[in-house]
Amino acid sequence: MIALAPLASPTLDRTASIAVELDDVTFGYDRARPVLSGITMSIPRGQVVAIMGGSGCGKTTILRLIGGQLRPQTGRVLVGGRSVPDLDREALYAMRREIGMLFQFGALFTDMTVFENVAFPLREHTELSEDLIRDLVLMKLNGVGLRGSAGLKPSELSGGMARRVALARAIALDPMLVLYDEPFAGLDPISLGVVGQLIRQLNDALGITSVVVTHDVYESLKIVDYLYFVSGGRIVAQGTPDEVRASRDPFVRQFVDGEADGPVPFHVKSASLAEEFALDAR
Amino acid sequence: MNRSSIDLWVGIFVALGLGAILFLSLRVGNLLTTTNQEGYRIEASFANIGGLKVRAPVKSAGVTVGRVDRIRLDPTTYEAVVTMTVSREYQFTRDTIASILTSGLLGEVYIGLDAGGDTQMLADGARITKTQSAVVIEKLISQFLFDKAQSGGGK
Amino acid sequence: MPASAIADGLRRIGGGTRRAVARLGFAARFAVAVVLHSPEGLRRLRLTLREIYFAGVLSLVIILVSGLFVGMVLALQGYDVLQRYGASESLGVMVALSLLRELGPVVAGLLFASRAGSAITAEIGLMKATEQLSAMEMMAVDPLARVVAPRFWGGVISMPLLAALFSTLGVYGAYLVGVKLIGLDAGAFWGNMQAGVDFREDVVNGIIKSFVFGVIVSLIAVFEGYDAKPTAEGVSTATTRTVVGSSLTILAADFVLTVFMFRGVGA
Repeated sequence: MIALAPLASPTLDRTASIAVELDDVTFGYDRARPVLSGITMSIPRGQVVAIMGGSGCGKTTILRLIGGQLRPQTGRVLVGGRSVPDLDREALYAMRREIGMLFQFGALFTDMTVFENVAFPLREHTELSEDLIRDLVLMKLNGVGLRGSAGLKPSELSGGMARRVALARAIALDPMLVLYDEPFAGLDPISLGVVGQLIRQLNDALGITSVVVTHDVYESLKIVDYLYFVSGGRIVAQGTPDEVRASRDPFVRQFVDGEADGPVPFHVKSASLAEEFALDAR
Repeated sequence: MNRSSIDLWVGIFVALGLGAILFLSLRVGNLLTTTNQEGYRIEASFANIGGLKVRAPVKSAGVTVGRVDRIRLDPTTYEAVVTMTVSREYQFTRDTIASILTSGLLGEVYIGLDAGGDTQMLADGARITKTQSAVVIEKLISQFLFDKAQSGGGK
Repeated sequence: MPASAIADGLRRIGGGTRRAVARLGFAARFAVAVVLHSPEGLRRLRLTLREIYFAGVLSLVIILVSGLFVGMVLALQGYDVLQRYGASESLGVMVALSLLRELGPVVAGLLFASRAGSAITAEIGLMKATEQLSAMEMMAVDPLARVVAPRFWGGVISMPLLAALFSTLGVYGAYLVGVKLIGLDAGAFWGNMQAGVDFREDVVNGIIKSFVFGVIVSLIAVFEGYDAKPTAEGVSTATTRTVVGSSLTILAADFVLTVFMFRGVGA
């Protein structure tokens, strides 16, 4: 009989006090326009940490750097004490077995049932018997409250349900770290609350570390331990939810209060009004 | 669509496809006829082979008995040397005449074998000595015109 | 002004060429990667079987019906021409050779490109657009081995079988028209066909052609899907590119293969 616990042989240090560390990371698709510059953050084990910022500010890029899908130009990315950019393909894949990731819209495999979706990582990476896989999958689905939907196809699920199935799939291999890419995007308020609660509960119950990339400030303040604010590829503010609520930082205030104009300007950079409309020519 | 029915359909598909290849090889093509009929080779030289092609049939009394394998030009005599394979079940005498014939006016070009009265048979690798070249219509016509002109000039 | 316009045009042509060549390089690298990942993907035969189902079994109807009709039309038209020269008994050979050498592989290839190739591109492209490929990668599963390689091999395996079925149905269609409808002698029809069709020269070369076309269509289909822009528009563009690209490549490759294969026939 195969033991249940080490579904994938662990390569990451699950006892390190810092789960993820970025040190002065710079990244850009071309040299002239860096997407991220000088990002430094450390995410302690067992915490739920949010990375917040407007659309297109490089939040998702941070997740891709952590997952090893991108390599930074300069700086270090450490996950469980190991430097991600230095891993070869095999080591990188070994690491990813211990990282769960929830994609923006779930990214469920549309040609498989809910059950098969959750079973996918188990089938790919373990030699467990069919019975054991069935039990594990139903347990994971039960954890997100969707045991009854095991036979459905992803197209038959609502957005919130799809997100929960993807969450069950992300934790199928009992990861040490789960990355969430916009878990709240496009959800109704009830589903949003459910997903938020699940992130928190699963984090605490399974002893994992969670990194949530989002722009939903209210939901994040309810569930996270720490927040980073990213704008223009830099960390502009950080703190615990209480610190954020009390913060007088103009960017944080604009973000939390949802003001149209502020440090993030309403108008994109453009020629001055006078030039554009040739006012001085008259 | 569950697994076993996918397996079943793929099985049917592959079986059908292989069956089709078999059909094409045996019924449409000549795999059966070439492998079954081990033949013997004979050669023949012609002054002109006309439109004869490799794989053209070799016939005797209208019955296909073999096939042309190779056509080449003898560099010393400047004659065309045709190698053909004839089925073992047909034996031909040594004085057999090989001719290049055409079925109909525009039909396929083939080699006709007319057996003679010799008692000895052609062996594998033997050469037919009596041959009749292809009738080239252009030459016939020019010959005809030439003759006409000459007889006309003589008058 | 015109000088700068010309320079601009040249620059655009240069840039376009550069991009096209770079894309070709990427495609070649991709092809090598697919082949290298194939053992990993083929190890689990079930994935490939599934793709044979989608590429092959689901293309059966269109292939069989088209084959039958192409054969029947060939017989009608062929008879019309051949009987003028009193060679109507050669109908069987004519149809069989046309199908085995050219029409079987080429038409089956074109149909396969539009039926299965486009579906493969759309599926992979959509998986990319919905981040399913990314998700797989993050689950430490290589999409090349899990998604691309089985689809590639499913297409490569299906294509020769489909072409053979197309030719078979075509010959049968010609038989229906020639023998049953027009009333040619069945013995002459099959006999002349067998006498005129060579196994090595015609049947095997036809199978080789269809195999090459299978590789071409499958490779273009998976590449376009994998390389598609991850948007709805990108996927539809990629699907069109697959059909157009593989059709043109099939026709060009057919010419080259024909030159090599059948050049010696007339000697």
